[in-house]
Amino acid sequence: MATIQIKAALPSLPDGWSAEKDFKPVGSLSQPTSRAIEPVGPHFLAHARRKRHKRTFSEDERIQASQTVKKTEDEDAGEISETEDPMMLQREAKDWKQQDHYAVLGLSKYRWRATEEQIKKAHRKKVLKHHPDKKAASGKDENDNFFKCIQRATDILQDPVKRRQFDSVDEAADKEPPSKKDIQKKPGNFYKLMGPVFEAEGRFSKKQPVPLLGGAEASKEQVEEFYNFWYSFDSWRTFEYLDEDVPDDNENRDQKRHVERKNNNARKKRKVEDTQRLRQLLDSTMTQDERIKKFRQEGNKQKNAKKAEKEAAEKAAKDDAEKKKAEDERLAKEKEVADKAAKEEGKKAKDAAKNAAKKNKRVIRGAVKDGGYFAEGTAGPKDIDAALKDADEMIAKLDNEEVAALSAKLQGKTEKGAIKGVFQEEAKRLVEGGKAKDGEYKSLA
Amino acid sequence: MSAEDGGEESSRMAIGISFGNSYSSIAYTVDDKAEVIANEDGDRQIPSILSYVSGEEFHGNQAKAQIVRNPRNTIAYFRDFLGKPFSEIDPTACHASAHPVEHDGGKTVAFSVLEKEDSDEKSTLTVSEVTTRHLRRLKQSASDYQGKDVNAAVITVPSDFSDSQKAALTEAAKNAEIEVLQFISEPIAALLAHDAKVQLSDAPAAPQDQIVLVADLGATRSDVAVVASRGGIYTTLATAHDYELGGANLDKVLIEYAAKEFLKKNKNASDPRTNDRSLAKLTLEAEAVKKALSLGQSANFSIESLSDGIDFTLSVNRSRFEMLANKVLASFTRLIESAVQKADLDALDIGTLLISGGTAHMPKVASNFQSHFPESTTVIAPSTSPTAINPSELTARGAAIQASLISGFEQSDISENTEAVVTVTPHLQNAIGLVTGKAGSEHFSVIVDAETPVPVRRTAQIAVKDGGDVLLTLAEGVREIQVTKDEKPAANGTHSDDDEDEDDEPEETREKVWKAGKQLAEAGLRGIKKGGKVEIQVDVAVDLSVTLVCREVGGKGGVRGTVEAGKVEQNGKA
Ligand SMILES: Nc1ncnc2c1ncn2[C@@H]1O[C@H](COP(=O)(O)OP(=O)(O)O)[C@@H](O)[C@H]1O
Ligand SMILES: [Mg+2]
Repeated sequence: MATIQIKAALPSLPDGWSAEKDFKPVGSLSQPTSRAIEPVGPHFLAHARRKRHKRTFSEDERIQASQTVKKTEDEDAGEISETEDPMMLQREAKDWKQQDHYAVLGLSKYRWRATEEQIKKAHRKKVLKHHPDKKAASGKDENDNFFKCIQRATDILQDPVKRRQFDSVDEAADKEPPSKKDIQKKPGNFYKLMGPVFEAEGRFSKKQPVPLLGGAEASKEQVEEFYNFWYSFDSWRTFEYLDEDVPDDNENRDQKRHVERKNNNARKKRKVEDTQRLRQLLDSTMTQDERIKKFRQEGNKQKNAKKAEKEAAEKAAKDDAEKKKAEDERLAKEKEVADKAAKEEGKKAKDAAKNAAKKNKRVIRGAVKDGGYFAEGTAGPKDIDAALKDADEMIAKLDNEEVAALSAKLQGKTEKGAIKGVFQEEAKRLVEGGKAKDGEYKSLA
Repeated sequence: MSAEDGGEESSRMAIGISFGNSYSSIAYTVDDKAEVIANEDGDRQIPSILSYVSGEEFHGNQAKAQIVRNPRNTIAYFRDFLGKPFSEIDPTACHASAHPVEHDGGKTVAFSVLEKEDSDEKSTLTVSEVTTRHLRRLKQSASDYQGKDVNAAVITVPSDFSDSQKAALTEAAKNAEIEVLQFISEPIAALLAHDAKVQLSDAPAAPQDQIVLVADLGATRSDVAVVASRGGIYTTLATAHDYELGGANLDKVLIEYAAKEFLKKNKNASDPRTNDRSLAKLTLEAEAVKKALSLGQSANFSIESLSDGIDFTLSVNRSRFEMLANKVLASFTRLIESAVQKADLDALDIGTLLISGGTAHMPKVASNFQSHFPESTTVIAPSTSPTAINPSELTARGAAIQASLISGFEQSDISENTEAVVTVTPHLQNAIGLVTGKAGSEHFSVIVDAETPVPVRRTAQIAVKDGGDVLLTLAEGVREIQVTKDEKPAANGTHSDDDEDEDDEPEETREKVWKAGKQLAEAGLRGIKKGGKVEIQVDVAVDLSVTLVCREVGGKGGVRGTVEAGKVEQNGKA
């Protein structure tokens, strides 16, 4: 063998790939097929030499080798063995139009299902049995009528066009729809009896495979697919086979044309009737189909369930809204009360603070008096006036807390110097805090 | 096993015989080249027919001509009756000649003919005896040509020839003093001859690994074999047979046509098809016209006194014939299609379609096959391949090649070679090859194809453009048929509405693609030179262990490892 040239790129070694001696066995070969090679040619001889040198030819090996080999020639298909109806063997070949071609070949059980291979084999079997030359040679009846029937049947069944024409009118392959009574006899009867009707009918479909009727447990999709398919059935069925014979001679042209026209119309009419027939079959099947009812009921149930669900949801939403409203109202009320309380509280506190401030101010003013109006010796009216004025101005600059602090400092102080000292300290604090000017409070100087 | 200790070579003179139901050929080899021998009439395709005329035996074409004058003493189409009971034979082909009769209580078949000059008593010639006489004539022609007594042969038989048929043929050959070295099947013989020719020419050296479909189209039957050809070893994967399809069906088409034309011209004459003699004349001429139409564009019927003493001439051109033959031609195509299906393959798997047998000469047969198969399938027939071997000679040549290979062996060696112990071999279920390409867009490149018998060794090379360290992943591969629908360009308005052609589905492109399956091993090859090449050798042993050897071409070292058969699964290691 010449070296094979591969035109492709090898991936580079992944990072971190490693193996002992750079080789990593991963899996073993799949199970082989045992086949016989042809004992022919120079390369086989080389193979045989190799094989024979290593092997002994024990009987056991021989048997084993021949048993495991995969066969390539087919064994005779013995399935085509129907008993031949003696009446059929008497058939006149010229009545071929009325002949059951499948029965003639022994394929009645297969009919339109017979494969080309089966037809070929069946024909062969019949030829071997009924060849007129064979009968003549053994001194039997020389009538070759049935042989001609066989040839005709094969001719038709092996030609795809002719076979369809015959299959189109092959009544033996038809499956009569069951009566309503039969269907009602037993629960599962509808599927058991109607299924095969559609199976048979399906042979006419251009599209294959055809969806089948199925059973009671079929899903909604399956059932829908079934009816959709069959209501738009695309059939290859034709009715040429039932044509009246067209006169063969050239003499009678008008007659010929007349028959042809008649045939054409008949074909069309039959086709239309066939389409109607199928439609009616479908209509009646659908009305009897328990699954359709079931799905409808299920559909209704579902609808009802949905409705109930929706109502419940609506009700829930309404309840929620009401609850929320009540809650909001309650909260608003609470807030109102709380606000009012807070306001009152605030007022009280304010009043209290005011009173406290008033009291403190009174203490401060009292202290001015107790401190002898900061004057040396006995204070004259001027001194009194200036001291009170300064004290009032100072108080005006203080907030309540500062007033309280100042009053606290003055509390209990009776000595004039100490009182004045407190005031001076306060004045100093104000001057330092930038709230008062240096020397603003003259009485305290 | 060698010629020396066999000691039979000196006395053995072997040829190849193609023993057909309608034609036979004899061939021998000179300097490894097979040649078909012409008989004393100069024919290389010798009709398998014997005829007895006033005590004289006619053979071949001379006997065939007697079907007109002396049909009941002319024996034709008898090969397929050998080794079969009367109940299992199809006498159809013999309708115009001697009819087969029951013999030995129906266990065998015979013909009843007047073969003696001085007696009116018919002799019963068994099929075995007829075969002996036919083979004797072939042997005589070969011996005359060689100048030596031919006493051994490799004989080709259909792939479905049963053991009892072979036994009967061995017996008949023995009676003609021919030792049957081996029977080989017709399609394999044809393939062997084809491959031998390819090997001798300066075209590709060794036979490629490929699937070959051999269609042997004879006169009364057609046989197809799908063969895996692996390094010159052949394995038949499937066969299909049609015992009622062949060149005779094409003759029939011309007979019908000619008869109708005759009746058109001669309105009051009787139908030549209803009279045995007229029909025989018409049949012979139809076959000649058919053969002529394989070469020329037109040919003529010319029959003296066809019916009611009226002479008949008719010119037929090739395309008319092809049109009339349409149905028969379609049957050929369906038959090979069924063989591909039986082998569980797709038309895309067929690398070569070799058409063998006389009917392969008809150009339309080959062109129909070519158009039915993808372009990747090479159709080998005279009209498609100028170097093709004459398809009528393929089987005989193959037989001659095999004869030259084994004529030095002892009979016991030859028969042991054909025993199941030697021929039954494990064949790979899946292909073996490399996973190539970048991660995420991997491809699978085949090194050993599926259906290859083991042991096997294959070597492959792959370029490493950029050099460096590379990963070789050995895996099994499965071929898949990928179907992509081509969107057809929008219908142009010229399309007439009333043609009810249903072909307006989108066109499909079908492709054979390989998918990597089960991994077998990984190997790392380091330090490849830029622009270097890696060589990979895959060895599958009889026990199905796989040995991988890879190295840089021209480099030192390399990686080697073996994957044991079934071992990994047993250990549960991954
Ligand atoms: N040149 C040709 N063109 C067309 N058909 C041919 C040609 N040569 C031979 N044949 C036909 O091939 C058939 C014989 O095929 P062959 O393989 O030789 O015989 P067999 O049937 O014994 O296998 C006959 O039907 C014959 O007419
Ligand atoms: Mg042949």
